[in-house]
Amino acid sequence: MDLLLILILAGFLGFELISRVPSQLHTPLMSGANAISGITVVGAILASGAGENTLTVILGTAAIIFATLNVVGGYLVTDRMLRMFTKKKQEK
Amino acid sequence: MQETQQFLYILAAVAFILGIRLLGRPQSARWGNLLSAAGMLVAVVATLFSAGLALHWIFIGLLVGSALGAVMALRVAMTGMPEMVALLNGFGGLASLLVACAEVLRGALLTGISASSAAISVLIGGITFSGSLLAWGKLAEKLPGRPLLFRGQKPLNLALLVSTLTSGILWQSLGETAWAHNCFFLLIALSLLLGILFVLPIGGGDMPVVISLLNSLSGLAACAVGFVLMNRMLIVAGCLVGASGLILTEMMCKSMNRSLSSVLWGGFGAAQGTITPGGEVHSLNCEEAYYLLEAAAEVLIVPGYGMAVAQAQHAVQELAQLLSERGTTVNYAIHPVAGRMPGHMNVLLAEAHVPYEQLIEMETANRSMERVDICLVIGANDIVNPAALEDPGSAIYGMPIIEAQRARTAIVLKRSMGKGFAGIDNPLFFKTNARMLFGDAKASLQNILRIFKESEI
Repeated sequence: MDLLLILILAGFLGFELISRVPSQLHTPLMSGANAISGITVVGAILASGAGENTLTVILGTAAIIFATLNVVGGYLVTDRMLRMFTKKKQEK
Repeated sequence: MQETQQFLYILAAVAFILGIRLLGRPQSARWGNLLSAAGMLVAVVATLFSAGLALHWIFIGLLVGSALGAVMALRVAMTGMPEMVALLNGFGGLASLLVACAEVLRGALLTGISASSAAISVLIGGITFSGSLLAWGKLAEKLPGRPLLFRGQKPLNLALLVSTLTSGILWQSLGETAWAHNCFFLLIALSLLLGILFVLPIGGGDMPVVISLLNSLSGLAACAVGFVLMNRMLIVAGCLVGASGLILTEMMCKSMNRSLSSVLWGGFGAAQGTITPGGEVHSLNCEEAYYLLEAAAEVLIVPGYGMAVAQAQHAVQELAQLLSERGTTVNYAIHPVAGRMPGHMNVLLAEAHVPYEQLIEMETANRSMERVDICLVIGANDIVNPAALEDPGSAIYGMPIIEAQRARTAIVLKRSMGKGFAGIDNPLFFKTNARMLFGDAKASLQNILRIFKESEI
């Protein structure tokens, strides 16, 4: 039951956090959030590490690879975009 | 150990929340992203401390994923950003799908909530994966971007959704039999098919909405996995992404004056307007464009997806800078859904070092449109289509647009008279104050620049 409570609270928090974001930041915000959705890597680690049979280790490791791709790729791409925005600020 | 882990998870959750918050403000956005990345590192490290994990495959997975992710992220061009986001998003969905499969096949006794959650993870993860891949194909122009519609699409989708849910329920109720496993595989297959059918009827013009919705779904998939594993970290982070993605989707829909359901089910671009624009199209060449621009006191640039395709952002910036140096006021009007993902134009113009102050939002641009001498429309079509205001029968009627037709003269850079992604006619091209400059946008702009430079000597 407490998991459900966490779910609902996190949902409301997510709604509140995004309101009134300038359109300039929509892309970085989306790709940054996208990187966070790679949190499923935590689940992948637990599934793969439990290692009860070959099949689950293979599935889990594949999941780790894809989730890490999502995480690392997402954060780096977001940072590249934001670096462009800030560089421009310093020039003015 | 357990307590340390839970404490680190809380720390990571706080980092994600603050990270998203800081990402929403231009001054702090970069720190926000770094903070959220640090949170992710903490969450991963905390998980590695769980008792009884066989670590070597985990490290191999982490290393391979990081290396591939880094290479992809550093090599992608800014113009390829929408595809990249779609692809990464698809991988996230796939990972959630795989985790759910591993848990089910492990034979772990899944009951009640965790079993239903596994089915939901597969469903959402599958839709996210195949949907994102299809979106990636459309964005990378490996597949036709036009909406694909066929008869009976809606009933088929509905039937599919029902059978997907049924196979999920059957899987659970059949217990440990061979049939239960078959139902589970059917669930996977149907979910993947559903993702494809869900993106298939959506046209290129609606891509910003789809991309941000898929982003939201990948968060929800991670959240569902959290319920399978009873892991708080996954639930909090997944739900945060799911909710924030949903809000962003809603914002995109609002700027197109359409409801989410009409984007998803509408097959946008299928409805033709009642008024077919007629009249004469006035075209001009680069030299004439030069004379008009040279005499202008105020120029407004309206970029669209065509600018990205032609890679014209640097040429645009060069021309704008040259005009500013000659005393012309130059601004860029950014439509919220210009391009193929939320904020697409901002990213491209930032890459070309366009000063931030020159970017103005749609409402501001429209308010002072009468003062604008030349409205330079570069590769944009639907976002400047006056049918949205004039033709109640048009598919885009009611969508807010940048009212280029109200400028003294509108110069439209365009490859041909072809229709935009929405596939509808644009009466702007037939207005008496509109001039068409046909050809590749980048080549045309460079041509105009050359004439400017030659005339200064």
